[in-house]
Amino acid sequence: MKYLDEYRDPVLARSLVDQIRAAATRPWSIMEVCGGQTHTIVRQGIDELIPVRMVHGPGCPVCVTPLEVIDRALAIAARPEVIFTSFGDMLRVPGSTSDLLSAKARGADVRVVYSPLDAVRLARTHPEREVVFFAVGFETTAPANAMAVIQAAAQRLTNFSMLVSHVLVPPAMVAIMESASVDAFLAAGHVCAVMGWTEYEPLAARYRTPIVVTGFEPLDLLEGILMAVRQLEEGRFEVTNQYARAVRRTGNTAAQDAMRRAFRVADQTWRGIGPIPASGLVLAPEFAAYDAVLRFGVDGVTATEHPGCIAGDILRGTRTPLECPSYGTACTPRRPLGAPMVSAEGTCAAYYSAGRTPSP
Amino acid sequence: MCLGVPGRIVAVAEEMGVVDFDGVRREVCLSFTPQARVGDYVIVHVGFAISQVDEEEARRTLEILRAIPGGLDEVSR
Ligand code: SF4
Repeated sequence: MKYLDEYRDPVLARSLVDQIRAAATRPWSIMEVCGGQTHTIVRQGIDELIPVRMVHGPGCPVCVTPLEVIDRALAIAARPEVIFTSFGDMLRVPGSTSDLLSAKARGADVRVVYSPLDAVRLARTHPEREVVFFAVGFETTAPANAMAVIQAAAQRLTNFSMLVSHVLVPPAMVAIMESASVDAFLAAGHVCAVMGWTEYEPLAARYRTPIVVTGFEPLDLLEGILMAVRQLEEGRFEVTNQYARAVRRTGNTAAQDAMRRAFRVADQTWRGIGPIPASGLVLAPEFAAYDAVLRFGVDGVTATEHPGCIAGDILRGTRTPLECPSYGTACTPRRPLGAPMVSAEGTCAAYYSAGRTPSP
Repeated sequence: MCLGVPGRIVAVAEEMGVVDFDGVRREVCLSFTPQARVGDYVIVHVGFAISQVDEEEARRTLEILRAIPGGLDEVSR
């Protein structure tokens, strides 16, 4: 397919690998922020071909949605009047006692939607039911979710609401820059397609860390890594853009406008990592009537993680799944203990589906 | 969930359109890419076009990659 196949060319990939090998004089640590990038890197074995340590970042929205929020989703979905709608990959994320897929098997009306507008449509066609949409994701998804609540308000729907758990990437990168030893970042290309990269410019300067806006295909990732390595070798720390075909410096302003209308920046807890100031989005006051937490009074839910799961270390990039005692034994994609084993974008699931095992 | 996939616009009706992903067609909201026309490529994420593919940049990146070694400095600016 155009704009995919060209960026998977194995001959060009090999020459990029050679370039990286020639350019890197030290085993630099480079973090790819986004789980979609982790998936490509692990699946293609890119990290095993190059003399660079690839550190997998926290960029999987499924993985960082707090346990309490999953429990709230379960509490809401259990109500008989509710049609609970969600992106498919949230269904198997373990809450403290269950997950949405099991709730569905027990009779809850849980439905997978492809677009948040599908949830709005369901609310319109089922006026006798309460339709709740599970609005999770990064800046990539936020404009779409914003548009859903904006349209619901425009259509004066009274039976639509959203359970919002939105996370923002730059504050998480700051948290990682403050704590971990990562030499450079590959920024998430589609987050930047929406937000642009102006937010990263002061970060690159302050933390003297190169940040390369990078796409998702093998050649994108290899080129992004090469661009980061060249900066590191030359002692530069700038924001550069590998993904020029999809990302402009100021991003997509129409999408940002929708986000700003529907949401406000707020403190947010990241599953496995903990609270990060100003790292999330909540509904703006004028859309408070669409807040499912208020509508169903599920604010008080608290929860504890499975003790055998080291997801926090995985998400911060301080340990790999191969260092988790539960990996591949107690925890598999069929029976995940923690969120990073659920979604294809989760680091543990990426390792598992690539067949990676601890070296004996 | 975070996957964004390129596809070609085959129909536009106000804010909605139909995008072809290598033979699979889906309804897509185009309100964030109001300048996109039939025949243009857009990156689609959860039913919304979030970016129009810049064909000139796409061609340039590939040319530089194909001209390796030596050409990469040009894109790293
Ligand atoms: S392998 Fe399973 S238990 Fe271990 S960190 Fe990953 S999700 Fe948690």
